This record gives sequence, structure tokens and C-alpha cells, in this order.
Amino acid sequence: MATRVPGALTRTAAPAVAAVEALTRGFGERTVLDRLDLEITRGEFIALLGRSGSGKSTLLRALAGLDDEAEGGLSVTGSVAVAFQEPRLVPWKRVHANVTLGLAVPDAKEKADAALAEVGLTERAGAWPLTLSGGEAQRASLARALVRDPDLLLLDEPFSALDALTRITIHQLVLDLWSVHRPAVLLVTHDVDEALLLADRVLVLDQGRIAHESAVPAPRPRHRDHPDLTSLRRTLLAALGVSPEGTT
Amino acid sequence: MSVLELDTPVRTEPQPGARIRRRRLPGRAWQRWISPLVLLLAWQIASTTGLLPTRLLAAPSTIAATAVDLVQAGTLPTAIAVSLQRVLIGFTAGAVAGVGLALVAGLSRRGENAVDPIMQMLRALPFFGLIPLFILWFGIGEAPKVLLVALAVSFPLYLNTFAGIRGVDGKLAEVARTVGLGRAQLIRHIVLPGALPQTLVGLRQSLGVAWLALIVAEQVNANAGLGYMINDAREFLRTDVIVVGLLVYSALGLLTDALVRLLERRALTWRREFLAR
Repeated sequence: MATRVPGALTRTAAPAVAAVEALTRGFGERTVLDRLDLEITRGEFIALLGRSGSGKSTLLRALAGLDDEAEGGLSVTGSVAVAFQEPRLVPWKRVHANVTLGLAVPDAKEKADAALAEVGLTERAGAWPLTLSGGEAQRASLARALVRDPDLLLLDEPFSALDALTRITIHQLVLDLWSVHRPAVLLVTHDVDEALLLADRVLVLDQGRIAHESAVPAPRPRHRDHPDLTSLRRTLLAALGVSPEGTT
Repeated sequence: MSVLELDTPVRTEPQPGARIRRRRLPGRAWQRWISPLVLLLAWQIASTTGLLPTRLLAAPSTIAATAVDLVQAGTLPTAIAVSLQRVLIGFTAGAVAGVGLALVAGLSRRGENAVDPIMQMLRALPFFGLIPLFILWFGIGEAPKVLLVALAVSFPLYLNTFAGIRGVDGKLAEVARTVGLGRAQLIRHIVLPGALPQTLVGLRQSLGVAWLALIVAEQVNANAGLGYMINDAREFLRTDVIVVGLLVYSALGLLTDALVRLLERRALTWRREFLAR
């Protein structure tokens, strides 16, 4: 697949882990993705923002290989792992077996142990998924994605169902995991603050195309009140068609 | 949504939760024995005083004595063995057919198109109405009885297993796809375990109906087994033997039900711990 950089996006020559070219997907009459172009560089953390129905999840599903009907160019080099909005643990498999599900490597058990330790779930390895709390289940889901050493980690609003406090700890966990393993991450979210807190690059999806793109240069760990982020937040909210909260 | 889909069958089926609740009320359990014992006593008094003639219903004490006699004479154990064998063979055949057809229909559209219309049509047949045909086809030996049981068993298992397979959460199938499971592994790890709770519901229904089918089949024509024992007793107005036969039927029914419940508890631990919380 060509590494052509479409539109106004300028990128360093780092190898792409995924390239999407003129991707189109319609549901009946409605076009959800309209000749969308996107390139994901190895190791970068992208947040994909958009109103509901803007096609965020459709794009993620296409990248995850879950959409057979999307048309256009789509190439992914390396392995992909997904963590969904609902943790989607298999309820009749204990946590450890959920993590190793489909893992065809000889040391699957050890790798799962390590992944569970990383997300802080070692003690719950033998638990049934239905007995986990929301945060624990989402950790298990992250461990299941991580254990595959993905080159591209797709996160489909994995924090949106968590309570505010749990969300903060899981945000930090995702950042820690990302800085250790360095997969490229595509985080689908509708939370501007979450995007600014986590990502290197924030994309806004509108009308089936990438309508806006901002780099987030602030060093991590970031604080919500960082002045650079405040102005970026306003820009992004405007791109999403929302007037910023309060008057400044 | 996924949680909802998984939860619904759990909640419509009251057994596990109900059991837990019953255990939490140990003190008053004996009170539930009062009314049955009073009824039994009244029955005994009515029989002894001649208010209830023996040719209509024997006294409880007579029934108990008869039961002991029948066991000692070997009549009852033999009859139970014959009936149990019929149910076992019929049930096994029906279960294999029902679950097998459900797998064929559940796992592929083509299979569904081939199997499901026929099963839905056959389901509408009152299968006890088939007895005359079965006698014409298979005579009056073991075959029609066993086949009637098999037929009765296959439908609840087919319908429930098919529904169970189709009710498996599509989101889990997507997970299977993203972690790279092939079709065979998808069936093994996701589809079959996902269909299991519903299949077990079908199993309980089918065992209940298996005993019913056997009773009907044995009433019509038999020269051995519990049904034969009951019919034979009718000829001699032995209401005590008839009641013993009925009690044995219900005991066997309860026993098989308990077996399935044990199986459920073992197979569905992942759900039980959740419900017990």
C-alpha cells in the first residue's frame, strides 16, 4: 500500500502501521464514511473525536477487520487488538482464559499472567467475568488486547461506561501500558478532555471524513488546566460544533 | 445490550435464585409439612372408617404395605428396570437427534432452511395422537414405546438448543474474530457454551415429557414395566398397586430432574456465582 499522505496532513517518514485510503462505507442510503483518508504511524497515540453517528466506530470496526462491506483502501501491517466499549468478556471463561482466548503462542499462560499483572488483576485471574466490577472488567479487556503485543491497539470508547474515579486510574493505566509497549493507539471517544489528556494527535470526524486535525504537543503527564490544552480544547469543541463551556 | 441478552434467560428461569432464597429461611421449614401430614391423616381415617372405599382408593397404610410387598416379591424392581430402560434408550435417541438437528440448523443458514421447517411442522403434531400409527408401523413391542419417548424428547431439546445457538451474543462472536478464532474454535469456545444454558432448560423439559410419553405408551399396550403393573392392577381393582406405580413414576421424575439440576449447577458455575452475590 502506498504511503501517500493525503490532504493537508504532514507526517514524518516513520513507517505506517495502518493506512486508510478513500474508505467509504454506507448503511442503506446513508454514507457514514466518505472517501476517508488516514494514516497511523507506528507508536503514535491518536484520539478520534466525533459526534455520535459521525462514523468513529465504523472506522474502528473497519480497522479491526470486523467490516466486510467497507470499500476503498485499507491496509494494516502487523497485529491488531481491540478493546470495546463494553468489556465483552466471555462470561463462561474465567478471566485468565479470557485473556488467552485465541492466543496461539507456546507461552500463552505466562504471557497472560504478565498481562494481568500489568493491569493489576493478578488476584482476579481465576474469577468469573460476571463477578468483576466495571473497572476490573475493563482492565481484563485491556489485558486481553495487550497480551497479543499489538502493533495497533484499537480502543472503542473503553472508558465511557466507567465511573469518573475509575476512569482516571484507567486513563493512567492505558498511558503506562502505551509507554511501555508502544503500540499505535486509535482511541475512539467523544470526550475532548480525554483526547487531550492522552493523545499525540486528535482527529475530528465529521460527515464521514476527517474534518479537523490537531497535534497535542504538551508533554505528559498532562494536566487538564495546561494553557495549551485550554486553547486546543476550544478549537476542538468548535470543530465539533459545540460552543465552549462557559464564557472566556 | 450484551449483558441484557445474557441476563434475560437467567432471570426467566427461577431455580438457582429460588434455591438460594429457600436456604436462607431454615427455621420455619417444618411448617410446610403440616398440611400434607394432616391430609394424609384424614385420608387414613376416611379409609379406616370405610368412608373411602378401597375399590376407589386404598388407605395409605395399605399402600405402604403393598409397596414393601412389591419390592420384596421383585415385581416393582423388575417393572422399574423395564420402564427405566425404555426411557433411557428413548431419551438417548431423542436427545442425539434433537441436539444434532439443532446444531445443523443453528450453525448454518442452509442447515436451518433444510431442518427447521420440517421440525416446526412436526412440532405441531400431537405426538400422542401418533400412537395408533406407531402401533401399525412398529407393532406392540418395545419399538413404539421407545420411539414415542424419543420423539417427545427431541422437540424440546431441538427448540431450546436452536434458540440457544441463535441467541449467542453477536458481540462475543466479534471478539472471537478480533482475537483470531477460526470457525471451529468459535463454535467450541463461544457458540456451544453460550447455547448451553438454554439447552439445559430443554433438557429438563424433555426429561419431564419423556416420563409422560412413557406413561402414555405403557398404558396403551405393555406386557412389562410400570405401566403394565398399573394396568394389571386395574383389572383386579388393586388401587393400592396403582398408587404405588404412580408414586414411583413421580419419584423417578423428580430424581431425573434433580440430576439435571446437579448438572446445571456444575456446568453453569459462571452464572451461579453471579446470581449468588
